[in-house]
Amino acid sequence: MIASILDGVFSGLSIGSILLLAALGLAIVFGLMGVINMAHGELMMLGAYTTFVVQNAFKAFAPGLLETYIFFALIAAFFVAAIAGLILERGVIRYLYGRPLETLLATWGVSLILQQFVRSMNWVLVVAIALFCLLFFGGKWLLQRQAQFQQLRGWANALLITLSAAITIALSTLLSQAFGLAVTKPWFGAQNVDVTAPAWLRGGLPMGNYQLPYARMFIMALTVLCVVGIYLFLQRSPWGLRIRAVTQNRSMSSCLGISTQKVDALTFALGSGLAGIAGCAVSLLGSVGPNTGQNYIVNTFMVVVVGGVGKLVGTIVGGLTIGVIDYIIGAGVLALLASSIKPVADFFIFFSSTSMAKVMVFFLIVVFLQFKPAGLFPQKGRSVDA
Amino acid sequence: MTVQLGSQRQGLDDTKRRILVEAGIVLAIALFLILVMPALLPSFWLNSLGRFLALGIVALGIDLIWGYTGLLSLGHGVFFTLGGYALAMHLKLQIPPTASIQLPEFMSLYGVTELPWFWKPFYSFPFTFLAIAIIPAIVAGILGYLIFRNRIRGVYFSILTQATTIIFFNFFNGQQKLFNGTNGLTDYKTLFGLDVNKPAAQSLFYGLTILFLVLAYALCRWLTSGRFGRLLVAIRDDESRVRFTGYDPTGFKVLVFAISGALAGIAGALFTVQTGIISPNSMNIAFSIEMVIWVAVGGRATLVGAILGTLVVNFARSLLSVKFPDIWLFFQGALFLIIVLALPNGLMGWFREQGRDLFLTLSGQRRTTTYPSLEEDPEVEYERKNLGD
Repeated sequence: MIASILDGVFSGLSIGSILLLAALGLAIVFGLMGVINMAHGELMMLGAYTTFVVQNAFKAFAPGLLETYIFFALIAAFFVAAIAGLILERGVIRYLYGRPLETLLATWGVSLILQQFVRSMNWVLVVAIALFCLLFFGGKWLLQRQAQFQQLRGWANALLITLSAAITIALSTLLSQAFGLAVTKPWFGAQNVDVTAPAWLRGGLPMGNYQLPYARMFIMALTVLCVVGIYLFLQRSPWGLRIRAVTQNRSMSSCLGISTQKVDALTFALGSGLAGIAGCAVSLLGSVGPNTGQNYIVNTFMVVVVGGVGKLVGTIVGGLTIGVIDYIIGAGVLALLASSIKPVADFFIFFSSTSMAKVMVFFLIVVFLQFKPAGLFPQKGRSVDA
Repeated sequence: MTVQLGSQRQGLDDTKRRILVEAGIVLAIALFLILVMPALLPSFWLNSLGRFLALGIVALGIDLIWGYTGLLSLGHGVFFTLGGYALAMHLKLQIPPTASIQLPEFMSLYGVTELPWFWKPFYSFPFTFLAIAIIPAIVAGILGYLIFRNRIRGVYFSILTQATTIIFFNFFNGQQKLFNGTNGLTDYKTLFGLDVNKPAAQSLFYGLTILFLVLAYALCRWLTSGRFGRLLVAIRDDESRVRFTGYDPTGFKVLVFAISGALAGIAGALFTVQTGIISPNSMNIAFSIEMVIWVAVGGRATLVGAILGTLVVNFARSLLSVKFPDIWLFFQGALFLIIVLALPNGLMGWFREQGRDLFLTLSGQRRTTTYPSLEEDPEVEYERKNLGD
């Protein structure tokens, strides 16, 4: 009995730590800008694919260091996702501040594009995108130096887009016909890819008749590290101070000379980078595919809803609690505990599967919101529109 | 005094006439769709048109809740599917009395020997007919009440409705014995004694779809034109002020959400019977968000826009995804971005704001108007010449 409860708590904590890792970036961004990033799951997926690429690169070029690839992969995943997030913020989200619902739809569009991008990424596509960017932004840069640019702006943009698109399409068609499958073969394809954990992360620590998997322990340690790092960054660094200031009161911070644009961009990149790390962690647990991100978004959103906005502790408690409760219900621990009372046990057995546990957890969350509509640790303030 | 009365009467006549004209136009379009379209389109596209018009009913519901009330629901797939399942259960119970097992065939596969209690009422068609609209409405009402009474709104509402889709998806997916799990309910035989798959039945469903679309349009038009509609817009634009003026928005929001859910249920039933299958897949996250983009493409807070957007996006999808299956997701993602960033009011909004002016100017019926004093101001002239307008 005790053993099964302990097992439940440990496994729950390890699920919760992944949730927490995934939700951390989301919560910071949501707290700062009130923006829900539907592409957060896809940024995780980018992190996971980066891990895959790094692993293969190590296999090919530095087999001696293969055991340590995971650390490089973590760093690479952070930066890849952070750069993707930065592009997303600068290119899309910054035009949509104050319109959270529109942001939600736009980021959903981005997530669809990223999913398909990973599926059909090949040399031609990469070259085409690079070429298009070069032609379009290069042309714009050249034109901007002309005196009459402001007058002709609309026409210039339309012309540039058409021209660059036409050249790009023509060249990429040529390229794919000249080299054939060598450049048109998708890198990853629609199938899932497998990341093999380094040898020292396989297996587990035996505890009685139960094993604590090393990979899960690694993820928990990683989560702790990330949370501590973010805490120190927010509390001790000048940029952290600025982020907290803008989270509390955007217009007042702006009046005091904080560049809110820079803070927004930095925070979004940071949150995306955390998603990348989460993706790297997820890749250790099983194969990853273009749809990996979709499996996590709703749960991480729930963590944000339960935890409340603007405080790290809410996310931590929310993530871990949801993880533990989810696992305890799903594994049937409650049914075991209530086995003496038949109807109650039957009730819990009905919910004791991974998918049905989510049903129960959702009901619990809705009930919880009846008592604490703003989450566990709401930010106190006097504004009407919370 | 008399003059005022007269002008009031004239005003009333005016609105009455306008309503009559609109009703005439709607009726003409409906008749065109019912009588002429079947002759023009091959049967595949006619079937598609019927299904997309059914989806137009959901779009109306979403327009009501999002366009007018400002609540972005990402959970309409649930109500849609509930309506679909309600009708599908009735269809699955059309078992010929000669059959040895009086159960839907999938149940015996999973070893179910007796019909579950909640299937039994679906033997009766009137019950099913009511259930199609009322079950989704009740689910939406309960969910809405639990969320709105705490003044949870904005993004939180969207997230919670999205979570609802996952929950219902998991529930229906997990219950093989009750709902046939992932496979859903399919292989329908008869309805009102008609063979469902025969062209006659299908054209009946097509006609019914148009009938219900017209009814739904009339309902939404009625709801949004009067005081109720203005209150909804007020809730959208400044809920706190609505509260301060003495209204309690909760009840209105719950009501609108329930109506919108009922419309989705009706649409689901009509869609199911024309597609021939309903499965938990229509409760995935993506489908519900797609519904929102139909409305956004057409133009939110315009009822015609909702239907138009649905037709445009879905036909584009059928055309594109057949020819370039890979490109469709790119296209759809780009659609989200373009609509949100460049055309926030959709096609109808663009037409109202710029299209009409553009048309009038292009056809030479109107010249660009300016202020005469500006024409004569040398400084303005100078700026116009050098900086453009």
